[in-house]
Amino acid sequence: MAILDTITHSDVADRHRPWPRAQVNDEGWRQAIDQLATGRLVLLGLWGDAPMVHMALLDEPAGEAAVISYVCKSGKYPSVGARHAPAIRLERAISDLFGLEAVNAPDTRPWLDLGFWDVRHPLGKKAAARRQVSYDFLPAEGEGLHQIPVGPVHAGIIEPGHFRFTANGEHVVRLEQRLGWVHKGIESLMQGAKLEQAARLAARTSGDSTVAYAFAFAQAAEAAMQIKAPLRASYLRALMAELERLANHFGDIGAICNDASFALMQAQCAILRERTLRAAEAGFGHRLMMDVIVPGGLSRDIAPKGLAEAAALVAAVRGVFADLIELYDNTASLQDRTVTTGIVKPELAAQFGAGGYVGRASGRTFDARRALAYAPYDKLSFEVPVRDEGDVNARVWLRIREVEQSLSLIEQILGAVPAGAIKAPLGRAKSCEGLGFAEAFRGDVLVWLRINGNSRVARCHLRDASWFQWPLLEAAIEGNIVADFPLCNKSFNCSYSGHDL
Amino acid sequence: MRKILFEGIVQGSLTERPPAADETALAELAESVNRAAQIKLGRSLSIRQVDAGSCNGCELEIHALNNAFYDLERFGLRFVASPRHADVLMVTGPVTKNMREALERTYNATPDPKWVIAVGSCAADGGVFAGSYAVEGAVRDVIPVDLHIRGCPPSPVDLLKGLLALLQYVER
Ligand code: SF4
Repeated sequence: MAILDTITHSDVADRHRPWPRAQVNDEGWRQAIDQLATGRLVLLGLWGDAPMVHMALLDEPAGEAAVISYVCKSGKYPSVGARHAPAIRLERAISDLFGLEAVNAPDTRPWLDLGFWDVRHPLGKKAAARRQVSYDFLPAEGEGLHQIPVGPVHAGIIEPGHFRFTANGEHVVRLEQRLGWVHKGIESLMQGAKLEQAARLAARTSGDSTVAYAFAFAQAAEAAMQIKAPLRASYLRALMAELERLANHFGDIGAICNDASFALMQAQCAILRERTLRAAEAGFGHRLMMDVIVPGGLSRDIAPKGLAEAAALVAAVRGVFADLIELYDNTASLQDRTVTTGIVKPELAAQFGAGGYVGRASGRTFDARRALAYAPYDKLSFEVPVRDEGDVNARVWLRIREVEQSLSLIEQILGAVPAGAIKAPLGRAKSCEGLGFAEAFRGDVLVWLRINGNSRVARCHLRDASWFQWPLLEAAIEGNIVADFPLCNKSFNCSYSGHDL
Repeated sequence: MRKILFEGIVQGSLTERPPAADETALAELAESVNRAAQIKLGRSLSIRQVDAGSCNGCELEIHALNNAFYDLERFGLRFVASPRHADVLMVTGPVTKNMREALERTYNATPDPKWVIAVGSCAADGGVFAGSYAVEGAVRDVIPVDLHIRGCPPSPVDLLKGLLALLQYVER
């Protein structure tokens, strides 16, 4: 049964693609929450679009998505978070950005507005700034408990965020995250922007996933405008996406081992990462491949030597990667740190709809490339590795297995890239809406886009996989020792910028 | 493990020859503050990186400086965990409103003499994020900057050129 068949709705938006968007009232909204709470549907996103809030839903077995929209009455809508915890932070963000209130919400503290902005509700009915920097952390009381505040400025070359640990001796009793420090107002900058400019912003939402964001944005735009990227562009997009995945997985595998004080692995993996970025630059003129994917296709073709460079990279990686896996597998002191550390229970991963290696290391099979089968992955053959231990070790193995899959995908792509155009003309859009996904290395990126009549962005929402992974890190670290936090954190490698927007 | 270590020895080093110091960076530095130029620090600088709002792209390339190809430490340059140990602050990103105070406090916690390098287009002028309600602007709108290394993100070679220019400048 299609998602909307199970939810009472009225108007179905006539230019929302490729999945439907329908307006619901209290009854339909509640029916959706019921299905989230029972686990029949997965929450893909929840965002404001004054005077509405939209909720994207996934029917996982059917590989089908839908968006429902609730028109707020005097700025209020029934809280989803009250019955489905994964929505809580999203509701807090909506409240900060739009001033729309989730009625009966379990947590009404601000989330992205840390009290430093000059304006309140920047995307909704603007109001005078909040100017309140203090924050009520959750209380943790008990004998012998102490708190360790960390950040926002961290001790490495990493993004800023605040972690508040409550510990009993060495053991973490609770971790509470406070994020939002790198909030740049990307969604407000997009409003009114030309499509090309909005694509550049999307590509800078999280630098490590610039290809995935540009890919998802392009798919949303193309779905909305009913354009199809040429086949050559589609294959080259996947080539870039897999190169990006490789680079990040190499970086992560090394960095996780380094956080367990095993620097040799870090040094070796960093070499592979560098080689990957050099192949990317040889092919696409930019080490991170920024701004190559654009709505309609690509902004440039691959350089003549690009395909050969990618093939050489695959060969080089295949030559050494097996030794590195063996090294990981046979180093007892390393395994001692990663096995059974930072466990995410499968129920929790399923409830939060956690994507990427966080979800797949805890038994959740979802991978947007497979489940939503966007081009060209519908024509490529690959496995989606899954484990169910949910510990740091499982998340490392997931990356190792995904590296192998990416290598095979790149080989298939190199053998299949057809000649031809790299960009379809955009033409002039009527006002229309699109929903796009791409599987970034850390999980699925969602982009929802409304384009107005003169091909400008009326509203765009970007949802990083991290929204549904960060909360699981809080759960995973409970009962572990403080010293294992860096290791755990790295095994998640959630995005700050992608989350803070 | 021994096999990998052994191969590392016989295969020779991946580390590449350093690029020439960036001329424009040298010129910018020569013009910038003279206050600490006389103080010799020796051929060693400690760098504290601060992300004041970046998209994380710049961080990835800064990280790359530590890999075997660029091997930053051979120049006596290394990243440290605390601003209190740092001679150089390397700041990325447009400075977000939310990070402004944290950046100022990090700057104040860094002992003199100190240099500030703004890394990336965003750090230079806010980049694509300029004009947002949530963005303060360029790094120099918040703290004094001695050197800009532009690019989105600057490549490790660009970063190396800028850093070598700084090193030469400090040595003079
Ligand atoms: S300069 Fe580019 S890579 Fe660096 S933070 Fe800004 S957008 Fe990201």
